[in-house]
Amino acid sequence: MDEMTLQVNGQQCQFAADKETPLLTVLRELLDLTGSKYGCGEGQCGSCTVLIDGKARRSCMVPVWAAVGKQITTIEGLAQGDQLHPVQQAFLEEGAMQCAFCTSGMIMSAVSLLNATRNPSEAEIQVAMQGNICRCGTHPRIIAAIHKAATLLQGARA
Amino acid sequence: MTPKTTPPFTIEPERYELTAPASYVFQSDRREFFKFLGAGIFIACAVSKAQAFQESRGARRNPEDSLPQEISAWLHIGEDGTVTVFTGKVEVGQNIRTSLTQAVAEELKTPAASIRLVMGDTQLVPFDMGTFGSRTTPIMNLQLRRVSSAARNVLLAMAAKQWNVDPARLLAQDGKIADPQTKRSLSYAQLVRGQQIAQVVPAEDPLIPPREWTIAGQPLPKIAGRDFVTGKHRYPSDQTLPGMFYGKVVRPSAFNATLVSANTTEAEKLPGTVVVRDGNFLGVAAPASAIAEKAASLIRAEWRADPQPSNKELFEYLKQNQLPRGEHNDNSRFESGNVDAVLASATRQLQQTYNVNYIAHAPLEPRAALAQWSDDQLTVWTGTQRPFGVRSELATAFHLPEEKIHVLMPDMGSGYGGKHSGECAVEAARLARAAKRPVKLVWTREEEFTWAYFRPAGVIDVRSAVGDDGKITAWEFHNYNSGAAGMRTYYEVPNQRIEFHPVNSPLRQGSYRALAATANHFAREVHMDEIAHSLKMDPLDFRLKNLQEERLRAVFAEGAKHFGWAGTKAANHGFGLGGGYEKLGYVATFVEIAVDRSSGDIKILRIFTAFDCGAIVNPDGLRNQLIGANIMGIGGALFEAVEFENGRVLNNMFSKYRVPRFSDIPPLDAFLIDRKDEPPVGAGEAPIVGVAPAISNAIFNATGIRLRSLPLAPLLVPHGLRLS
Repeated sequence: MDEMTLQVNGQQCQFAADKETPLLTVLRELLDLTGSKYGCGEGQCGSCTVLIDGKARRSCMVPVWAAVGKQITTIEGLAQGDQLHPVQQAFLEEGAMQCAFCTSGMIMSAVSLLNATRNPSEAEIQVAMQGNICRCGTHPRIIAAIHKAATLLQGARA
Repeated sequence: MTPKTTPPFTIEPERYELTAPASYVFQSDRREFFKFLGAGIFIACAVSKAQAFQESRGARRNPEDSLPQEISAWLHIGEDGTVTVFTGKVEVGQNIRTSLTQAVAEELKTPAASIRLVMGDTQLVPFDMGTFGSRTTPIMNLQLRRVSSAARNVLLAMAAKQWNVDPARLLAQDGKIADPQTKRSLSYAQLVRGQQIAQVVPAEDPLIPPREWTIAGQPLPKIAGRDFVTGKHRYPSDQTLPGMFYGKVVRPSAFNATLVSANTTEAEKLPGTVVVRDGNFLGVAAPASAIAEKAASLIRAEWRADPQPSNKELFEYLKQNQLPRGEHNDNSRFESGNVDAVLASATRQLQQTYNVNYIAHAPLEPRAALAQWSDDQLTVWTGTQRPFGVRSELATAFHLPEEKIHVLMPDMGSGYGGKHSGECAVEAARLARAAKRPVKLVWTREEEFTWAYFRPAGVIDVRSAVGDDGKITAWEFHNYNSGAAGMRTYYEVPNQRIEFHPVNSPLRQGSYRALAATANHFAREVHMDEIAHSLKMDPLDFRLKNLQEERLRAVFAEGAKHFGWAGTKAANHGFGLGGGYEKLGYVATFVEIAVDRSSGDIKILRIFTAFDCGAIVNPDGLRNQLIGANIMGIGGALFEAVEFENGRVLNNMFSKYRVPRFSDIPPLDAFLIDRKDEPPVGAGEAPIVGVAPAISNAIFNATGIRLRSLPLAPLLVPHGLRLS
């Protein structure tokens, strides 16, 4: 066991864990941040997606040591107080969820995409979201939500 | 003691409901309710004995229960005007928390925001068989409308008495009773204050007809949607309790294996770790999931298993391993006219065999349970479509009366018919009992792909005869193993033999979205296409020529119109359709594909579905379910199949088992027929059944290649074709 510190959602979090423990396990089990989900444990479903220094990463595949010293953002840290992030807002407005178990991972992947590409094309969205599985079949609405979020973000920047 | 990890599943909901140990236990009588919820109005819905029997199979264990045994739902209006509704149905992503809330809001004339649904909590809600078979909308929606309507009438009467006026002149609206003549109004909270009124309502109260709906029939966003986009909602796998341990089960080497020996010495040396060996059950509980995983990996277990078949010989196996058919299954065999005589003399005949593979539900949230013992009382939070069924399994496994078991079901990460059983709950409870503290167990994806149950594979033999006029004269249809749901044909055929043949399944099998209806529609609708082709008839015209059911004709016709079936088609494009009647809904799905002759790439260009599920309760939620069912159908149609060998699943990970991803999703659209004159029925299942035959028929239309086995994609390869 190692004493470790992570920067999660702008806060310093201290805990003891084996340094090879997946980041997802640390978030869920030690920091009680259960918004990031376990869906496969092999980086194939995207349910555990978080941002590490602004980029989407599958937290089930990241050993916790590799996240030390980096800015980690989970779904719980996306809104600013009561103000939802535009991607969260867009998912809500488009009704882009059914059971919503994939939703936090979808939103984090979408935030990462929009951080890099302000107005992504359909094809760019498909590539960026390909690693996120939705078993309920909400894909068309998720794509619509990402387009809407791009518009909302452009409005916010203007 | 061996935990009951393999309940006696047969394949139809209609069938295994019969084997499910139904109970009928009320933990709370009316007085306890007021104690629990405070003063107010309490209304319970009593359904007819026949319906209660249908939903509970009549097997009641506590005849002394204080409430009428036909109670199916109840509702409470508190002193602050808050409406709390209790139902045994559960929210698994189909958004019934929203659509049922709308039904209550409509009849009670109160804002949706003032309504809270308590769902699937076995200590608070009336008994319910489970959430499956698209029964929530036709049954529970109706019952909640009835209790709500009765509650509205109680409120109207209370206001009338207070004002000493005729209740007929009063209006219920927006959480108030108003008197239009005097412009007086009283809120529900004002009316309810200090009251303790309990009523059991008959199921015959008149309801607001769908044409007059103002809240139902409109889109309403998912209840508490904000909690899902912020990560606040706690799914079953997110539940925690102070001091809880994490569980891990050591799985057998193969299906039906017996534990011969286990060396647990090294595992037991890990800090805090508890090892349980009980019959065939072998598992650990530890203070952290990493320790539990390590402990499980340190256990050296020896299992003994018999040789078992593989998916390579699956379809031969199914034909060769039939079981005697139970005489009680009336819906598994149907015969009319004289099929043999007509087939013997018919000049135009067709005989073909269609296959479907086993597929996995792969709900994104795997099975999860958190179990806590307090003396001999057991509480389990778990993801299931049948909280009362899980309670029964726990009672059996631990030799406990059901009153000592409390199952709670937080809105979970989907099921699709795959979470009817309580294996994970039983395992977590067994580990918690040994650890003497709460234990949480979350199955891994590999476990979910292996130790859950599968949608049954099947072989379907179809033989038909048709006259020169395009009328089908004989229809013989034999389904081996996949199930009887949707097996009957809706086409008019004077001579029919339709039969389900149970098989000693090589894999554990159970329910699935629309279950066998997908296989049966695939076989029937592809065969219809084959007959049409043999007659050189348009496949749509051929169907309509043999179809009288007006609502099914309507979805075929409306779908064809909106899709552009009669329109011109580009070169190397193919059109296909498939449709039918399932779970009371009428559906027709149309597909356009394109073939690139040089590369061999086949691309699905669009999918269009016309659907009629009666009066629409929530058009937005309906569209979400319909498109979702279409997309789930794409997976089973094109590439999903469980590969297994000698008691092991070979593709038990998302990297090996392909489910639909963003690149697989063509443009999808739907036309919804809102039948305000018909009662609302379920919609989560029916829209899956037309997808596979429509795709197969479109491929034939474009290439001349007939594909008769699901999944389709592997069958393209020998033809030099592939999905792009």
